[in-house]
Amino acid sequence: MKTALISTTALIASFTVPAAAQTIGVSIPAATHGWAGALNYHAERTVERLEETYPDMDFVLTTTSDPATQVSDLEDMVATRGIDALVVLPFESEPLTGPIQRIAESGTWVTVVDRGLAQEGIEDLYVAGDNESFGRTAAEYFAETLDDGAKIVVMRGIPSTVDNERVDGFNAALEGSNIEVLAMDHANWNRDNAFTLMQDYLSRFSEIDAVWAADDDQAVGALAAIEQAGREGEMIVVGGAGMKEMVDRIRNGDETVPVNVTYPPSMISTAIEMTAVGVTGAAPMTGEFIITSELITQENAEDFYFEDSPY
Amino acid sequence: MSEATAKKPGGRRMRIDLQTIGPVVALIALVLIGISLSDNFLSYANVTNVLARSAFIGIIAVGMTFVITAGGLDLSVGSMAAFVAGVMILAMNALTERMGVTLPVVLIGIAIALFVGFAAGMINGLLITRAGIEAFIVTLGTMGIYRSLITWLADGGTLSLGYEMGELYRPLYYGGIAGISWPIIVFALVAIIGEIAMRHTAFGRHCAAIGSNEKVARYSSVAVLRVRLITYALLGLLVGLAVVMYVPRLGSASSATGLLWELEAIASVIIGGTLLKGGFGRVWGTVVGVLILSLIGNILNLTDFVSPYLNGAIQGVVIILAVVLQRNTGPAR
Repeated sequence: MKTALISTTALIASFTVPAAAQTIGVSIPAATHGWAGALNYHAERTVERLEETYPDMDFVLTTTSDPATQVSDLEDMVATRGIDALVVLPFESEPLTGPIQRIAESGTWVTVVDRGLAQEGIEDLYVAGDNESFGRTAAEYFAETLDDGAKIVVMRGIPSTVDNERVDGFNAALEGSNIEVLAMDHANWNRDNAFTLMQDYLSRFSEIDAVWAADDDQAVGALAAIEQAGREGEMIVVGGAGMKEMVDRIRNGDETVPVNVTYPPSMISTAIEMTAVGVTGAAPMTGEFIITSELITQENAEDFYFEDSPY
Repeated sequence: MSEATAKKPGGRRMRIDLQTIGPVVALIALVLIGISLSDNFLSYANVTNVLARSAFIGIIAVGMTFVITAGGLDLSVGSMAAFVAGVMILAMNALTERMGVTLPVVLIGIAIALFVGFAAGMINGLLITRAGIEAFIVTLGTMGIYRSLITWLADGGTLSLGYEMGELYRPLYYGGIAGISWPIIVFALVAIIGEIAMRHTAFGRHCAAIGSNEKVARYSSVAVLRVRLITYALLGLLVGLAVVMYVPRLGSASSATGLLWELEAIASVIIGGTLLKGGFGRVWGTVVGVLILSLIGNILNLTDFVSPYLNGAIQGVVIILAVVLQRNTGPAR
């Protein structure tokens, strides 16, 4: 009798373990600009790859273009798909903190990507780029390579905490060097805005040694304006995030675009993979994983070039 | 009693004058502010830049003047421009593979842009006039549709014209005749033709009549539906034309292309003295409105006078001021 009970339990257990397939929900912003497009590209590829690696694992991938819809998506994931783990890049920190906290309290594993929540201690795993080092890396490059008294102009992104952290890191690293920041204005991470802003900078300042475009979409606009004004060769342009056209220019030794700073959209792959490992329980995986920005130079450019990526 | 009647015409003329000169006064004030803030403001390069960058919104806003005058509205033009640009780039890249980097590819690309713009305008117009759906709703819908389509076409990234093709096509934005670049020339021509059409043709008068009172227009045997349809199709065609000037600038289109152009175009039309409720339109005023908006951005970039966080607020204040200067309801009412 006793052995029968044990063997039955063992039998049930041996059935339930493979039946308890893990479902991982992934919620990210829609591909409305280059970086987010690449984020989607990497997310889709990682999900495809992991579904092969872990046959028992299911993935639910949703993309949204505003915080309210993202909250609805999360509710749907919990209600209809019964997710065991959630990988989320919050569209905005404040409105998503509450909903994600409720999901975490129900026992679901939560991985937050890039944009932190408004309260600490909710997520099991935090994977993010380092905005402060994104700004600092560019500024350190300027401080090392530009002459004393060099003049630079700065294009900021959309006014936001991300932009503020980057600019703070940039300013802090530039402090003490003899580089003069002529002007800082917002080009909203947009090519057209960057083009017009650069045109205006060019008519405003007769001498510019370097442009920190702070994003590769902005760098494209700035480069077009510089070319139009016939002032190539006078200044260098440093963007950021590693758009493949920019990486291509760097590896070909373009004088105007000598370096770039990474802010890899592939961090979503890091987050999904670490979550998959985390929920299968093979290794401890909780904590923070911060991906430092790296300087892309002609020497290492090849490592940062992704042929098929849309970005 | 007699005093009141004597006063009336005088007061009315005074208001009309203010309405006419309001936007011009605002424009002159902005130019004077620009001159006082920067030595380079009146430089050839700066003036050319400001005029050329106004051309896209300007060309669209001229079309929008007719739509609004006829009592309509089009919120889809920004998304439509991005979509048309995307289709044009895809088509030109595909044609380059077969026909090489040749002029016919550019010409076919231009024809495609004009046609797709026209077709998109026709769709808006048909849904509004034949299906009888509110213009605000139809164009809000197509705004979302075109924005999604360009994101999908570009796979979330950016569609770029092939490099050599871009070099061949580039002069259409950067080149010109006698030092005046093509976008400025095209914008000027569109504005002049628009002004003549609005003031001196039956079409322009019909637009105003429909916007003023649709029923009366119908009883006066104005083909209300057809005129409305033409205004939307014309606007679509002008969006196509704006894209023809836009694509050679950066040689790319993404889902961020043309963002908020619809609001800038509508704001330009209203600043220029056209009534948002329809019935009275002024194309030259729209041109002044477009220049006012471009100049504010230009001046804010040329100076560190205000925090860049407040740029939007300054623009808002000038928009409201320009309209306050011409507050009365206009001669059509």
